[in-house]
Amino acid sequence: MRELIEIQNVFRTYVDDKENQVEALFDINLSVREGEFISIIGPSGCGKTTLLRLLAGLDAPTSGALSINRHEIKSPDPERGYVFQQGSLFPWLTVEKNIASGLKARGVYQKQKQDISHYIQLIGLAGFEKSYPHQISGGMAQRVAIARALINRPAALLLDEPMGALDSFTRADLQEKLLELWKKNNTTMMLVTHDVDEAIFLSDRIVIMTPRPGKISEILKIDLPRPRDRAGIDFAGIRSSILEKLHLASTRQPPEYEI
Amino acid sequence: MSINLLKNSSILAPSLKRGRPSLNKIPSQHNILNIRNLRPALHNISNTRYLLSILFTVSGLLLAQLANWYFPQLAESEIKIYEINLFEAALFKLNIMGAYSIVLFAMIFIYLVIGVYSYFDPDRRIEYIQRAPFRFVSGIGLALWDILGTKTLLLPQPFFPGPSRILEALLMEGGFIFENTLYSLRLFTAGFVSGVVIGVVTGILIGWFPKIYYWVYPVLKITGVIPAVAWMPFALTLFPTPFLAATFLIVISAWFPVAFLTAQGIASTQKVYYEVAKTLGARTSFLVFRVAIPNAMPHIFTGISTANAYAFTTLVISEMMGQPGGLGYYINASRVWSAYYKVFAAIIIMAILFSLIMWGIGVIQRWALRWQRGLVK
Repeated sequence: MRELIEIQNVFRTYVDDKENQVEALFDINLSVREGEFISIIGPSGCGKTTLLRLLAGLDAPTSGALSINRHEIKSPDPERGYVFQQGSLFPWLTVEKNIASGLKARGVYQKQKQDISHYIQLIGLAGFEKSYPHQISGGMAQRVAIARALINRPAALLLDEPMGALDSFTRADLQEKLLELWKKNNTTMMLVTHDVDEAIFLSDRIVIMTPRPGKISEILKIDLPRPRDRAGIDFAGIRSSILEKLHLASTRQPPEYEI
Repeated sequence: MSINLLKNSSILAPSLKRGRPSLNKIPSQHNILNIRNLRPALHNISNTRYLLSILFTVSGLLLAQLANWYFPQLAESEIKIYEINLFEAALFKLNIMGAYSIVLFAMIFIYLVIGVYSYFDPDRRIEYIQRAPFRFVSGIGLALWDILGTKTLLLPQPFFPGPSRILEALLMEGGFIFENTLYSLRLFTAGFVSGVVIGVVTGILIGWFPKIYYWVYPVLKITGVIPAVAWMPFALTLFPTPFLAATFLIVISAWFPVAFLTAQGIASTQKVYYEVAKTLGARTSFLVFRVAIPNAMPHIFTGISTANAYAFTTLVISEMMGQPGGLGYYINASRVWSAYYKVFAAIIIMAILFSLIMWGIGVIQRWALRWQRGLVK
């Protein structure tokens, strides 16, 4: 499979309100193949959301280059769908119209409006077309957000902790749904998460990041066959190795950043 | 509360009671005591109770009717006979007492019709029963007002005319009042609609463009707090007709709150909505018209409600100070002749007209903000 996303020597430095330089991303290099499912995991402040925002074009790197399909990422584009943590649905639009807003934003609503019911079926929300976001559950709302991004047929879907605010049952349910959508559409997925199990359950590769400065400490390939058994021995083995790495990662801080 | 609970427990065990248990009585008492807490329980309203409540509703007005008929006219005021030509077909001779009793009968009839209509809907039935005391007391109020204001003239005259006297104004000058009402309505519509439109547009510009915010917002803040009627001297000299001058005043009184709140609504749009739209491929026009403006809608309607109140005030004041027509003009013209009954008639028409306008705006607002139903209390 060919490379889709290319991240080369990306740095992103912020200046916080105390005039301190904060290195959110430090020399990030990563290439993502087409159709791959990648999870980025790490403690808070490791820059994983920043990396995803750079890929979306919502933020620009201080130095380095990000590209998709060999062209540079400069601004947001529907070829890179983005699913936010929660509460990103337009509250004034129904489920149906929220999904349609993906088409309307690109000005192709008239041509592709027959897709809407297809995507509603796909996310299993038939019957909720006319509901407003506050009338449906958090899990349903996230599925709508995913459908809204997918209806633009993006080459890559960037997911920023889309299940962070959900309870564990809804979360497991949505993970299955996400895999199903991934298989059906063959969309490249990049998921930022806190949840080790989620990352193992879903990903082809897991990128482990460490904070201060935010950098990639390790990239793990998950070779378990799908569907994966969350209670399996192999699964547990990978989980404990990742936890160990994350634990090490959070204690091994360079002294110059300690106050 | 404990007494109620005891009563309740006796309902739970009716078989323990001997003879004919007064079961019907206990729950209904219970309902009256806890109308708010136990609304669902009110669904079992007996027909007798509903019928009594209809009678209760209209009995106040019936008393007002009796007061009108049987209370002697103590005051030495002439009761004129008016000829009413109904559609050029029939000629009625009517004095103000007769006209007033027709109005009272019409009200009784309306409440009876509402009563029959509400009978078929459980929620409406509850509402009807709950409103009965208020409607009864309103009838009593009319009776007292009639006795004190028209029959005995115990209220200081001519400042507090009775209801039949106010009706007289409508009877005598109905056509003229109607013309003035139309004038007010025209003036209000012209001023208010353009004020709201201009307000929304400037609000969007201020909320969206930082440059416009920088230059226009302080001007808006300073000029906006000035009551619009303060500009009247300029308006009257700058505009060719009084109508345009008053329109201008209403425009600026409506413009300020709408612009102010629209700008706030636009500026308060959460960043995440813009980011979502951008990742979906949105251009600026989408961000403005499909993100910022829908987000600002609740604010815009708050602005419109405020503007509505300001515009009513400006309308009446400017009509009272130099318009050739309108309800405000009518009030002023009647005041000069100490015809306070006409003033009251105009005030009543105003109350009806303005309530209708506010109701209309409320309908539009509920429709435009239907997505908020259940989200905001």
